[in-house]
Amino acid sequence: MEFAELIKTPRADNVVLHCPFHLAVEGTLCLTGHHLIFSSRRQDNAEELWLLHSNIDSIEKRFVGSLGTIVIKCKDLRIIQLDIPGMEECLNIASSIEVLSTLDSVTLMYPFFYRPMFEVLEDGWSSFLLEQEFEHLSSVTNEWRLSYVNKEFSVCPSYPPVAIVPKSIDDEALRKVALFRHGGRFPVLSYYHKKNGMAMMRSSQPLTGTNGRRCKEDEKLVNSTLRSGRRGFVIDTRPLALAQQARAKGGGFEQEVHYPQWRRIHKYIERFHILQESFIKLVEACNDQSHNMDRWLSKLEASNWLSHIKELLTAACLAAQCIDREGASVLVHGSEGTDSTLQVTSLAQIILDPRCRTIRGFEALVVREWLQAGHPFQQRCAQSAYSNSKQKWEAPVFLLFLECVWQIHRQFPCSFEFNEQFLIMLFEHAYASQFGTFLGNNENERAKLKLPQKTMSLWSWVNRPEELSRFQNPLYEANSLVIWPSVAPQSLQLWEGVFLRWNRPSKFLEEAEEERINIIKYNKELQAKLNSHVMAEGR
Amino acid sequence: MEHIRMPKVENVRLLDRLSSRRAVVGTLYLTATHVIFVENGSETRKETWVLHSQISSIEKQATTATGCPLLIRCKNFQVIQLVIPQERDCHDVYISLIRLARPVKYEELYCFSFNPKLDKEEREQGWKLVDLNEEYNRMGVPNSYWQISDVNRDYGVCDSYPTEVYVPKSATAHIIVGSSKFRSRRRFPALSYYCKDNNASICRSSQPLSGFSARCLEDEQMLQAIRKANPGSDFIYVVDTRPKLNAMANRAAGKGYENEDNYSNIKFQFIGIENIHVMRNSLQKMLEVCELKSPSMSDFLWGLENSGWLKHIKAIMDAGIFIAKVLIEKDWVSFGHKFNHRYGNLDGDPKEISPVIDQFIECVWQLMEQFPCAFEFNERFLIHIQHHIYSCQFGNFLCNSQKERRELKIKERTYSLWAHLWKNRSDYLNPLYRPGHSQTQGTLHPQIAPCNFLYKFWSGMYNRFEKGLHPRQSVTDYLMAVKEETQQLEEELEVLQERLANLQRSQSGNNKVKSKQQDKSKQFGLYTSNNSLANTPQEYSNDLKSFPSRSPSQGDEDSALILTQDNLKSSDPDLSANSDQESGVEDLSCRSPSGGGCLPSEDSGKDSDEAVFLAG
Repeated sequence: MEFAELIKTPRADNVVLHCPFHLAVEGTLCLTGHHLIFSSRRQDNAEELWLLHSNIDSIEKRFVGSLGTIVIKCKDLRIIQLDIPGMEECLNIASSIEVLSTLDSVTLMYPFFYRPMFEVLEDGWSSFLLEQEFEHLSSVTNEWRLSYVNKEFSVCPSYPPVAIVPKSIDDEALRKVALFRHGGRFPVLSYYHKKNGMAMMRSSQPLTGTNGRRCKEDEKLVNSTLRSGRRGFVIDTRPLALAQQARAKGGGFEQEVHYPQWRRIHKYIERFHILQESFIKLVEACNDQSHNMDRWLSKLEASNWLSHIKELLTAACLAAQCIDREGASVLVHGSEGTDSTLQVTSLAQIILDPRCRTIRGFEALVVREWLQAGHPFQQRCAQSAYSNSKQKWEAPVFLLFLECVWQIHRQFPCSFEFNEQFLIMLFEHAYASQFGTFLGNNENERAKLKLPQKTMSLWSWVNRPEELSRFQNPLYEANSLVIWPSVAPQSLQLWEGVFLRWNRPSKFLEEAEEERINIIKYNKELQAKLNSHVMAEGR
Repeated sequence: MEHIRMPKVENVRLLDRLSSRRAVVGTLYLTATHVIFVENGSETRKETWVLHSQISSIEKQATTATGCPLLIRCKNFQVIQLVIPQERDCHDVYISLIRLARPVKYEELYCFSFNPKLDKEEREQGWKLVDLNEEYNRMGVPNSYWQISDVNRDYGVCDSYPTEVYVPKSATAHIIVGSSKFRSRRRFPALSYYCKDNNASICRSSQPLSGFSARCLEDEQMLQAIRKANPGSDFIYVVDTRPKLNAMANRAAGKGYENEDNYSNIKFQFIGIENIHVMRNSLQKMLEVCELKSPSMSDFLWGLENSGWLKHIKAIMDAGIFIAKVLIEKDWVSFGHKFNHRYGNLDGDPKEISPVIDQFIECVWQLMEQFPCAFEFNERFLIHIQHHIYSCQFGNFLCNSQKERRELKIKERTYSLWAHLWKNRSDYLNPLYRPGHSQTQGTLHPQIAPCNFLYKFWSGMYNRFEKGLHPRQSVTDYLMAVKEETQQLEEELEVLQERLANLQRSQSGNNKVKSKQQDKSKQFGLYTSNNSLANTPQEYSNDLKSFPSRSPSQGDEDSALILTQDNLKSSDPDLSANSDQESGVEDLSCRSPSGGGCLPSEDSGKDSDEAVFLAG
């Protein structure tokens, strides 16, 4: 397919761009296969807007006489308005955008066309291999092994080719366990707590069905993570009623008779379309400038967004508490084990593991617990809060995770190496990106698409020193402790950096951040100066 | 002390609102000025001190098997839940506190017995820190348009105004007195703020006694004089802060508002800030929300909305009761804001109590959130001022007017809060404030109209004592420590450079220079102080309670963290309250200056393994 065929009007002059908190600017609009480009004719040359078509969530058009107006709502929640003179031009441009922003084929997406202008210092596709993670693990324990049972993606299509499993369980047993777990997602190691040797595993629901099917190998696998005489916790992210209902469809949960050493806790985490609806309502409330204070608060409440945040954080804290305070191993799952399960396991690691609070460590966490673990990014992030699609698989699962990290970050502002911008950047790239990292729904699909060969990794770009400096938290001081956030409503706030990002004046907040950076920078400069003086004198 | 029926009760339990498992046992003392709870056992013997004047309500609840619960709510939003073993003791404590919390004479207030060990001169210095005339001089008055009038000497015209009042030059004593007779409680229009850049001014007064049709020539002349004092302006705005309906209703009582037809060149506007009764109820409702035990997000947001508090805050902000760096001293105290009535320091009509100053303080905080670099002071400053408005530890906020304060000889008999705050000023600085910064220049332009969502719930104030709810690391304190270190580095560097220059001159390379390089971890050791509360898990699940603890001790590694908010500051009112005072309690010698006590670390309950959990 040629993109040119889809673009009947590649260029329009005298277009006026309206953005919140900016003066309207007149300029030229250009459409390319992947971008909408607006440039003003101002002398200072500063006004240039590049918008990826894949970032466009919805588009509306209306006419007053021959002046057409297009309102573009983006997946990063931004709303812009373009006034385009000439009805035909406007219609052409609108229909081109509509088609180009909803291309079906992944291989037509921008990452397959993007040619980076920077030198690749480190290929992000091979920056975070599970083998490296295992090497790290081997230095503290020998109870685990790497299994390549899934190397053809035949045992579990949504798992990566390699997984960390208890040493005592062979591949034959794993195959049997996979048949007993939804989608073949057998329990694998998610996190090992060095402090006390406790493990957090994740899986999908067991397929017990109505007649209470059991699987000896499954029981053996999960029990092999327990120390003798100890018990473990199964954290089921569904309420009991839902877990019971699942049996009718062949699913189920670990019954005490067969798992006597495990105690099950049900923590309800909302899923799929409920989250999506909540997301849509929240963004609607944030964009509604007309209402008064009362309506704002009731709309915020009605969106339920912060309730989801609270539930999720609570479940993650509970998992962390079981491991660190109770000294128990934990198995986390819901139904499929690709959404709420990953939210809980990854957040628990943020709480427990100081490594995950570094930039590198957080990237590794996203790769390990989200990308390799088979969170279906392509489905979940196909549309954002402005979509009106009828499809049921979109959900801001990853965004909720990022926001929970932000909430913990807010409570421990000196314990994270990265800043809020880093989290916002990940949110943006999950929804629309020039990089191939978030394409596909699992490693299997990514391999088929040959993403590592054909596209650039987000990490290749982010981890360049000049980019990294934008994402560093100036207040960071390594904190080796477990950090326990408060989950009380008084402690949780709306993530303004995402939801009010385009609706609030940011100048004063940016100035404050600059001031913070300068205070620390100046201190470090003086320290370096003093050190060099001391050394000079020493000689 | 004849009011204390029960000076000491043992085996009292102090409950933690966030976690029922964190209750501590200790001894309760009642002194002439404080309620004191001292924990048993742990080495630090953590103490909780509450001034009687901070108590806003005491509630005795139904006796249970464990004892008789007593709930003490404070004006600084602290809520203390005690369980006293014997009902009889509880009753005695209750009766004593009811009396102690409602002194009938000014002399009973703590400031008359509080002695920070300053000599007379220092005390006087303290009272001179904030000088009204100097404030007006800074604004540029008196000048050719405004002058000090002595018309109110001896409080002859208005007893709730100070003796020195700034009025337009053209307003004669005759006009002022005439105008005052036409104003409620004789509060005639007087200058509040003068902007020397454009001669604009803000004056304030009470409502006119206009009824349905009355008018007063002198009052009309007074407003005319004010208008003429700004030669650049053709009219003045008269802003009535009430909802229009309230103002109209007041006409029936012979009061009311200025009729535009009678006054030349005025523009009249209602703003619609609700009255004190509405505000009091609103705050009450919001505090109930803050007190909810483990509320859901919906409970909280719904309650917050239902209280209407943020709506009122926004209304006040909209009304423009903000002038950057408004000084509380000037705008509130000197002009007869009815402190006593509104803040209930003495026993009186509870209907007269209203949180107007709380709202003012919150508005300043909301501004600080929007303009992080614009204020020289930080959040702690506001919280401590709020605390002391009710503590009655300093004389500043006593009485209803300057007249009453003079009669009581407040300045001779009590100490000034401003001196206390000034002494600890380093705790109150905003590290982001830089005099040259753009946000510190000129007027702030807050986002008013559509940005509702910029107004936030202030947990730092209203859940001030639930430390577990607050961010566990303070950016402000961190940056202040960095700045302090920076200053030391600058000094060291200077010394070194000097020495280096000398060395080069003398060419004696043998001199060993010892590095005084800072140990950064030591510098910021502040942030790893012991405060277990700072970092223990909350009750994330009820399910864990019934599960036996397999490993009782994990060590306290992760409790050794952070939290600086108020705990470590010498300026903290909750500490300073006890630092200089004779409590009459003998065995309180073990004060811990850190204020951070050790709470028992989270053990998972010693209940037996009752299988609470679910049937399959």
